[in-house]
Amino acid sequence: MSSERINEIVILSGKGGTGKTSIAAAFSVLAGEEAVIADCDVDAANMHLLLKPDFAGSLDFFSGELAVLNQDVCIRCGKCADVCRFNAIPFIENQYTISPLDCEGCGYCEKVCPSFAIVMKERKSGKVYTSTIKTGGIMVHARLDIAAENSGKLVAKVKKDAKDLAKAGNKEYIIVDGSPGIGCPVVSSLSGANYVVLVTEPTMSGLHDLIRVYEVIKRFRIKAGCIINKSDVNEAQSREIKEFLLAEQIDHLADIPYDSAFSSAMIEGKTVVEIQSPRKAQVEEIWKQIKIITNKNNTI
Amino acid sequence: MINNPPLKIGIASGKGGTGKTLLSTNLAAYLSLTQPTLLVDLDVEEPDDFLFVRGTTQSITDQYKMIPVWDEKACTLCGICSKTCKYHAVIQLGSIILVFKELCHSCYACSELCPAGALPMQKHKMGEIKTITSGNLTFIESRLNIGEEQAVPLIHQTHERVEKTHGDIPLQIFDCPPGTSCPVVASTRNVDFVVLVTEPTPFGLNDLRLAVETMKEIHKPVGVVINRYGIGNSDVEMYCREAGIPVLAKIRYDRRIAELYSNGQLVYDKIEDMQTSLDNIIKAIQNVVRKN
Repeated sequence: MSSERINEIVILSGKGGTGKTSIAAAFSVLAGEEAVIADCDVDAANMHLLLKPDFAGSLDFFSGELAVLNQDVCIRCGKCADVCRFNAIPFIENQYTISPLDCEGCGYCEKVCPSFAIVMKERKSGKVYTSTIKTGGIMVHARLDIAAENSGKLVAKVKKDAKDLAKAGNKEYIIVDGSPGIGCPVVSSLSGANYVVLVTEPTMSGLHDLIRVYEVIKRFRIKAGCIINKSDVNEAQSREIKEFLLAEQIDHLADIPYDSAFSSAMIEGKTVVEIQSPRKAQVEEIWKQIKIITNKNNTI
Repeated sequence: MINNPPLKIGIASGKGGTGKTLLSTNLAAYLSLTQPTLLVDLDVEEPDDFLFVRGTTQSITDQYKMIPVWDEKACTLCGICSKTCKYHAVIQLGSIILVFKELCHSCYACSELCPAGALPMQKHKMGEIKTITSGNLTFIESRLNIGEEQAVPLIHQTHERVEKTHGDIPLQIFDCPPGTSCPVVASTRNVDFVVLVTEPTPFGLNDLRLAVETMKEIHKPVGVVINRYGIGNSDVEMYCREAGIPVLAKIRYDRRIAELYSNGQLVYDKIEDMQTSLDNIIKAIQNVVRKN
């Protein structure tokens, strides 16, 4: 039915390296053509290594602006450097020069320049790709240019394209792999989501970072579930995480013990559900459970 | 006495969870056994070093960014502010000016170009910097408030603070955020050397490549530490050899390290080989920096 809402599921972790992408990619394989995949960890995108997208569609992504100074017109008055709060216009070898790495594109310099020597130009910050992956499903992904800024905006673009494709193709799910941290890329990946899957590990840092990212999720009033990965590394820490989940009414989706199957699969360019190990059945079970939870939430 | 400039080392990685915090805290604690050492946690979104460093809190200071605040009485609704702001942080809705502080980059343009002076800049708390000492070790934690989206201004302020109050500490270690974009660049801009911590897996390699390119862009010498050595394959080593990047140490995968880390414990005094690895890392860095 076209009136049905699409279930947008975001995978987050707070802390990096907890297994977020490995698990998100496994869900993506299980969902197959039912889902559109969005790799929103644009800073360090890895899903393509397991899902083998064909990079069929690619588009330059522009975000923000950059000040460009025409030395022929510049009268070296220094007003631009005076107003720049980012120290992006140093005076080097007798001329003012824009440092692209420092310029945040605010345009204040352009406004105060008496000789119109500065113009603001659009800044290319990366590429957005639309691909078919090995399951026949669709994936939207991106590559941020080296040392580029504004990954929050690129995340928003990837999500928007994924949503448009999901609507057009009548897909049931959007699976979003988010980035670590709590800053703008994470906030961007949360907008419009129906359910968050938190992947954590039983370490003091895992729990500390989980609590911080969950604070952000709460502000969006989005329901969340949690997978404790490598759960057997520290049973006491695992219990502490479970207490936190209970107190915050976060669904405890599963405990996954440490298993080298994840890295073995990764080395073959596969997800953990594509090789034989006890993890295959377990991750399939988790995905089934998430589908039940999100479909129920959606009909309420 | 010759006053050598301090040695500043950034610990970074493209991929998260490769062992930046493990290396930063153990390197700092180990080096501080013999000389004054500074450890700065610049992973302001998720700062975790404090779990491993116990000491006496010396100070906690609030950190602010400046944001415009609308003065309704002075405003003439000319609309210049909302046309000026490139970040859509100042928006005019009918006869109301809205300021979205989390979008504001503190460029001052709207405030200073307002002909009526109706958008004065005011302090807005975005985080905290905490100073802790433990013997020879000075530890600075920089922590972003939840709900704040921009890490970069706080990272800049932390660097400024370190330079002003701890510039004389000879060894300085900066634990950087993961990724390859603006927060990493802001964290590593003024260090002498960047250690990229990775793991020997396809994800580790892919993100290491990106991190190496980023560091090239800002002209930083780099070395690689392969953590959890033995879990994956040898592609990371092959890449380093071909790209001419020195591998400073290989830290073998050891479940004991994972367990100690999970409990917030340092490992350098409990795992044999660790001190040798740390010695090798610091010697290799000193050699490179001296040559430069």
